[in-house]
Amino acid sequence: MFESVLVANRGEIARRVIRTVRRMGLRAIAVYSEADADLPFVQEADEAVLLGPASPAQSYLDVEKVLDAARKSGAAAVHPGYGFLSENADFARAVIEAGMVWIGPAPETIVQMGDKINARNLMENAGVPVAAGTREPVTTLEDALRAAEEIGYPLMVKTAGGGGGIGMGVAYDDESLIKAFEQASRAAARFGGGAAILLERYIERARHVEVQILGLADGTVVALGERDCSVQRRHQKVVEESPSPGITPELRERLLAAAVRVGEAVGYRGAGTVECLVDADKQDFVFLEMNTRLQVEHPVTELVTGSDLVEHQLRIAAGEVYPVEVAPRGHAIEFRIYAEDPKRFFPGPGKISVWEEPSGEGVRVDSGYVAANTVTPFYDPLMAKLCVHGATRAEALERGRAAVAAFRVEGPKNNLPFCAELLDHPEFASGDYDTGLVSRMRS
Amino acid sequence: MAEVRAEMVANVWKIVVAEGDTVAEGETLVILESMKMEIPVIAEDAGVVAQLKVAEGDVIQEGDLIAVIE
Repeated sequence: MFESVLVANRGEIARRVIRTVRRMGLRAIAVYSEADADLPFVQEADEAVLLGPASPAQSYLDVEKVLDAARKSGAAAVHPGYGFLSENADFARAVIEAGMVWIGPAPETIVQMGDKINARNLMENAGVPVAAGTREPVTTLEDALRAAEEIGYPLMVKTAGGGGGIGMGVAYDDESLIKAFEQASRAAARFGGGAAILLERYIERARHVEVQILGLADGTVVALGERDCSVQRRHQKVVEESPSPGITPELRERLLAAAVRVGEAVGYRGAGTVECLVDADKQDFVFLEMNTRLQVEHPVTELVTGSDLVEHQLRIAAGEVYPVEVAPRGHAIEFRIYAEDPKRFFPGPGKISVWEEPSGEGVRVDSGYVAANTVTPFYDPLMAKLCVHGATRAEALERGRAAVAAFRVEGPKNNLPFCAELLDHPEFASGDYDTGLVSRMRS
Repeated sequence: MAEVRAEMVANVWKIVVAEGDTVAEGETLVILESMKMEIPVIAEDAGVVAQLKVAEGDVIQEGDLIAVIE
């Protein structure tokens, strides 16, 4: 095992990775921007290196600055977290070329999966079902309209290189396609990832179900169960749970087997997530994309499998060969606590005057902040992840209600009232919901 | 006269109109960015942009004056 890890991220995920790094007796090195100097992840690391100003381009997204911090601090390995440089193959390559261990899959795998069009085609060839869609990059509106005629509406329009729901839009006719195409093109130009657009048949009343996989150092791929991420606003996840209440044991088996096939097809190494769309009525699924990194919602899997995914990442990256047995137990739910208003979900950063986390049996909170910290407008609005675990879904829901009620945040706006509302919503409580749930709650 | 104020802390990402422009109700004046989200600031009434108090790249606080429409 290497002796130190630089965590190239911020907020809750940096703090969470640092926790495992230190528990394993390794030295944890944080990097941070001027805006984040007071946050717990900086305090809790063994060493912290200032990258630069608040703007992500001048701090967490600056490859040279992060590499420089790694060299200067003598880091033996780099953990990228999620977002920022986590799916940047050039960064991964540079880390490896600098003689450090990259905690993630091979840079070639990141390239293969990072282009959603390429990933789709690759999976189709590996015998994994994909939705009807464009097999070549769409770069002009004329091509988009022609493709729409072929595939048929409704269509999901997204950037081939983007992530996190940014730039995604649904088109129901030519007119809304023009709008969605422009929005996606703008997002592609702005947030990077190239100008290519992907059109895919949009499945209404679908569930978003993803499978956590681990590619072990000896080349075997195992599936650690699924997560249902169908509670979404603006195509971004808000609540995730495992197991999915919307799939039969038979479909689960097929999903997990397909995810393993996806991992094997690219020789996957480390922790990754295979995202699928499930048609709950037909109990069928299509491959959506693969995330070649740790996922925000990984604690849900950790709670039901009783494992530490960051520890797995470190051991696999270090080349350790060991068996992984999976015996899921109970039900887990994660609530993303965002700095946003609970009605329209508009951002509401600010200084935290009160921050009181719930605790108790089956309650886990991964947070990026403590009282007196300021949630700034420079980064994404995730403040904390409130996770609950119970023997059954009913028990997890009960623990969720109590924990949401006990969580006190004042200062920034927060979506705790939305979480409480969701827990009392009959559709969510029944487990029979789909990705349209949040918009139905707000219409 | 209508004052348009910021609803949240944000960066001014893009200025869409200029002082002296005539705007319709619902037209976008500036686009803010906060927490990786684009937030268009719109004119609630039609009129002329009498004052534009922000520039691209500014960081503005909740309640700050963005524009005055007459």
